[in-house]
Amino acid sequence: MEQWTDEPLRVAGIELQSRLLVGTGKYASLEQTEQALKLSGTQMVTVAIRRLDAGATEERCLMDVVREGGYHVLPNTAGCFDAESAVRTARLARDLLETDLIKLEVLGDPRTLLPDPVGTLAATEQLVGEGFKVMVYTSDDPRLAVHLADLGAASVMPAGSPIGSGRGVLNPTNVQLIMELVDVPVIVDAGVGTASDVAVAMELGAAGVLLNTGIAGARDPLLMARAMRAGCEAGRQAYLAGRIERRLYANASSPEEGLIEEAGPSSPTGEDLGKAPVGAS
Amino acid sequence: MSGFIGIHLNGEAVQVQQGLCLEELVRERGHASNEVAVEVNRELIPRPARAEYSLQDEDRVEFVTLVGGG
Repeated sequence: MEQWTDEPLRVAGIELQSRLLVGTGKYASLEQTEQALKLSGTQMVTVAIRRLDAGATEERCLMDVVREGGYHVLPNTAGCFDAESAVRTARLARDLLETDLIKLEVLGDPRTLLPDPVGTLAATEQLVGEGFKVMVYTSDDPRLAVHLADLGAASVMPAGSPIGSGRGVLNPTNVQLIMELVDVPVIVDAGVGTASDVAVAMELGAAGVLLNTGIAGARDPLLMARAMRAGCEAGRQAYLAGRIERRLYANASSPEEGLIEEAGPSSPTGEDLGKAPVGAS
Repeated sequence: MSGFIGIHLNGEAVQVQQGLCLEELVRERGHASNEVAVEVNRELIPRPARAEYSLQDEDRVEFVTLVGGG
């Protein structure tokens, strides 16, 4: 078994060999964006939709990076604080990028950027009805996740912790419950701060992890892109391998039989330890 | 002065020629057709329909594109 291959992540009718989905925001340059995406091994990248400044077309733009890299593009509705804005943004994204994929975000307030459950449900229903493949950013509430899946979301994407907070998976129990309760892929989205956070999410059994700031905000984003990739693969393998149970007491890994004769009852005081072995000079 | 109408493009007041269609506005602003999506008065105007849409006075037009984001 020199090489180990995983089954692909199947989401919204797409097969992804990499289970890491990576955002394109907040990098120092377009070159760094391109390198980080490449090193992360991702095959699906998120982009945002924003107003276009007059005549501001650069020689090479994000569209080129995404197209040349052969990535699946997942536009988001980031920055939308009501269902209507999110739906409008999704329609614009579909027209611009010729994709039915949408990462739906309907946020509650600018300080926490936590998803607004009421608006998220309404927008999911509307967009599914319009033929979108909705990958929906949500809180880690298990019952809400069930409703979103029932409405036809292609993927339910609970936040590990608030966007960009780097706090990791704060409620692993809820994330596990979501995976038990819904049949669509569960992708942990947001809050990932470092490679072990990705590994934790994957060890829980997440189908994938979506992150941005964890890479872009690192001191060395390119090295962190590699680390996130390794964390994702390690966590996935550990999940499939099946971890040992947690125990209260130790469980010796060396044989308990065949030990040499035990020392006398005085041994714990260490009195005998100072004596030089026979023949020592 | 007749022959011009006032629209709002990405929130800014802009004067354009009466009868100008959206596709022409896209080109006039220096954009390639496929690098922009367009909304007028909060409704998407799909790319193939831009040529048929003549701008009206007080139209609120949004030009959007993709940017980096998570």
